[in-house]
Amino acid sequence: MSDRDHREAGGFRFKDLKLVLGGGGTLKQFGILGSLVLILLLFQFLTGGLTLSSGNLINVVSQYAYILILAIGMVMVIIAGHIDLSVGSVAALAGILVAISMERWNFPWPVAILFGLLIGAVIGLWQGFWVAYVGVPAFIVTLAGMLIWRGTNQYIGNSATVPVPQDFTYIGAGYLPEIGPDTGYNNLTLLLGLIVVLAIVYGEWRARRTRRVMGSEPVPLWVSITRVVLLSAVVSYAALLFAGGRVGTSFPISGIILGVLVLFYSFVTRNTIFGRHIYAVGGNSHAAELSGVKSRRINFLVMMNMSILAALAGMIFVARSQASGPSDGVSWELDAIAAVFIGGAAVSGGIGTVTGSIIGGLVMAVLNNGLQLMGVGSDRVQIIKGLVLLLAVAIDVYNKSQGRPSIIGFLTRNRRDPGEQPGATGGGTGASESPSPVVPTSGTPETVRPSAATPN
Amino acid sequence: MNPSQDTGPTILEMRSITKEFPGVKALDKVSLTVRAGEIHSICGENGAGKSTLMKVLSGLYPYGSYSGSIYYQGSEVRFKDIGSSEAAGIVIIHQELALIPELSITENIFLGNEPTRFGAIDWIQAKKRAVELLARVGLSDDPDTQIKNIGVGKQQLVEIAKALNKSVKLLILDEPTAALNENDSQHLLDLILGLKGRGISSIMISHKLNEIEQISDSITIIRDGKSIETLNVKADGVNEDRIIRGMVGRTLENRFPEHTNTIGEVFFEVRNWLVQHPQVAERMVVKNSSFTVRRGEVVGFAGLMGAGRTELAMSLFGHSYGNFISGQIIKDGREIQVRTVAEAIGHGMAYVSEDRKALGLNLLDDIKRSVVSAKLSKISRGEVVNDISEYQVAEKYRKSLRIKAPTVDDGVSTLSGGNQQKVVLAKWMFTDPDLLILDEPTRGIDVGAKAEIYGIIHELAAEGKGVIMISSELPELLGVSDRIYTIFEGQITNELPVSQADPETLMRSMTSTKKKVNAV
Repeated sequence: MSDRDHREAGGFRFKDLKLVLGGGGTLKQFGILGSLVLILLLFQFLTGGLTLSSGNLINVVSQYAYILILAIGMVMVIIAGHIDLSVGSVAALAGILVAISMERWNFPWPVAILFGLLIGAVIGLWQGFWVAYVGVPAFIVTLAGMLIWRGTNQYIGNSATVPVPQDFTYIGAGYLPEIGPDTGYNNLTLLLGLIVVLAIVYGEWRARRTRRVMGSEPVPLWVSITRVVLLSAVVSYAALLFAGGRVGTSFPISGIILGVLVLFYSFVTRNTIFGRHIYAVGGNSHAAELSGVKSRRINFLVMMNMSILAALAGMIFVARSQASGPSDGVSWELDAIAAVFIGGAAVSGGIGTVTGSIIGGLVMAVLNNGLQLMGVGSDRVQIIKGLVLLLAVAIDVYNKSQGRPSIIGFLTRNRRDPGEQPGATGGGTGASESPSPVVPTSGTPETVRPSAATPN
Repeated sequence: MNPSQDTGPTILEMRSITKEFPGVKALDKVSLTVRAGEIHSICGENGAGKSTLMKVLSGLYPYGSYSGSIYYQGSEVRFKDIGSSEAAGIVIIHQELALIPELSITENIFLGNEPTRFGAIDWIQAKKRAVELLARVGLSDDPDTQIKNIGVGKQQLVEIAKALNKSVKLLILDEPTAALNENDSQHLLDLILGLKGRGISSIMISHKLNEIEQISDSITIIRDGKSIETLNVKADGVNEDRIIRGMVGRTLENRFPEHTNTIGEVFFEVRNWLVQHPQVAERMVVKNSSFTVRRGEVVGFAGLMGAGRTELAMSLFGHSYGNFISGQIIKDGREIQVRTVAEAIGHGMAYVSEDRKALGLNLLDDIKRSVVSAKLSKISRGEVVNDISEYQVAEKYRKSLRIKAPTVDDGVSTLSGGNQQKVVLAKWMFTDPDLLILDEPTRGIDVGAKAEIYGIIHELAAEGKGVIMISSELPELLGVSDRIYTIFEGQITNELPVSQADPETLMRSMTSTKKKVNAV
């Protein structure tokens, strides 16, 4: 504890900054989150304030919500040690079938949505079967699926576009409605912002209480307060921006769907037996099986879940573009996979988080959007996105091969040094005896070198 | 045999080789002298340092990573990799064959050493040479046959043909007959004798003492990383008993905690357990094994590596290994089915694997998640895991098992081997098992942690649980068990109460099927 006291007495250090932003256990996301903030500010500057304008923010959310939904499913697939290349085609097939079901068979739109989810489930059943029970690598199964479902989409739709009714477009192009007194802002969006702020305060309070029940010291109070104030300010500012856009626009419905899914799947991956088992299977499937985990079932469900989410993403896209077309969803899988890896997931499985992937997806979205605002052509945008992905994962691989934690360790290490040095020399903190206490270790892989290859 | 060999020139001399791994001294001033044209065997228990010594010799551990010196054909050599030792004519054939199953015999023989003509591989020349080499090892198979289509015995011969192609002068064979049946073994041994007739020296590592006795000219015994003695087979009149004495002849130090177990009635019984090799249908890895475990009893299973101990344990634990053929498990008086690991856990079985890192732990996890991972339902409501109970459970085990880690949030990969093993033990203790199967529970663990793990084993037994302990270390088995079974080639060969067991008797039953003493 003397270390902690010393730190508090020693005043502001970078480690504390990370505490504020990362919150005790989730330092992992600090690096990507930091990059996201930096990129946002950079483009805000380069575009002369266009990036953080109401219209643009609303646009970014509705334009990328479906990719982020895919990223949620994809991170679970990747944690389990697989990959899904078929999501774009699954989305396209679900989109066209849903469009046709309303156009020709006169399904009411809520039924059509359920129908679309069912299509996703059936496709997932098929792909999950091959991956989990036959043992065909997911790369192959979904590569096949990519062709099969794309072809089916074009066969059914005759490679033509099918329009969807106005009601249906609400899930992709709709906004929170205007209700209540005229405040000059969208009231529901403001309310949403308020709810989020309250949730942040409650979450922080609960985390502190949990730490205390567990018998360990929560982070210093000022860290909690700073964090809550900082996050609340960001959320409030965002709420004002979303609520103060052009009349008729506000926070997009697709963004709400995304938010609900993020909350739900974060909970599933972190707090349920199923979620734990996904990490177990991806981290070491042999050990998982010898612990009684039914790895086939896990693989099956993860693949199936991905297809259902892909179908949902397809419907949102169709709703947004008001028609289903033969080339919907082309190369979505790549955007989703890129988001997951930028978000800190490991190619070999076992590592990754839903929130990390969302942040990774937002990095790509902001990058894309910012470059477009600046008038950079799509050719160069692709080059830049490709380089960003390569760099992010290269840093990850480099760090792992060095036995260090992932990307965040690298990003924070450079900034850590100036902050850490005076403390270490001046005070002789406990941290100076070994580097491990200052390296964020939460959830990050420590690929320990095979220690002392046991002779014989 | 040529009597002049007894005084033949020295081809190899390894002088006071010391090799350390972090925390372990694998070799401590080991010396080995091999004369030209002799078959020299190296004997020792698992972990004694035999394979490490051979890796030093073959350059797998390059010069500089060990201390000591190697003299070969009269001058000092400093091998920097396998290639440089092979260039000098030293070829090692590993226990796990280094052949590529999808390639043909010819392709394998010349892999990395392809004869070329104008820059392209000269297959005609290669095939001609392959036929010659195959003839020398007594094989008449088509050299175009894929390796996967010939048996293990023939694969071993192809390995030797490959070595002959490299104009080998000193052949190192690491457990060459471990995977072979009797006929193939005999054929291989004859071949080694034949090579000797042509002036090729061999170093052989084997656990099969009868084979060693049969073909060796001299034997070096290694124990705990030290070379103990070198025996001249003919002059010293060496027999199996003499070798065993050398291998186990350490004084049993008082490394084992005192304990008095109150042993109850038989509650777990296995009858005629028969398991087939997962790939090779005709090979039975566990043959009609029957045994019993009493409450509060520690039952030792002694057997050398590859004897079928792990195979037996894993096949009992939810049929996790091989193809189950037949057999019964009777627990508390009635037969139970354990077709899956979940069923086995449900019936109160727990299996601590011998390979902690590959099979026991998810190295990406932290301590708390690892501890609860085999029975998440115990701390969950419905599907939702309770973080706080998880933390409390893990914290309880961290304290009671003295897992050395600042918090249970630390990753298991940051722990030492001993502490990782304690996490694995905690994980299985958390499932409330009646029967714990511990497979090499102290492998790769330092002495202090070993004693702690023995203590935990006795505590578990004192709670009335049955413990099966599989180990290669005889002193450990003798110090911890109440009763010991020996396994050899998938068969239980002997059963002894610990009071009647001694290392030599055990080693005899672990190296042959002959039942010499059966005192039960």
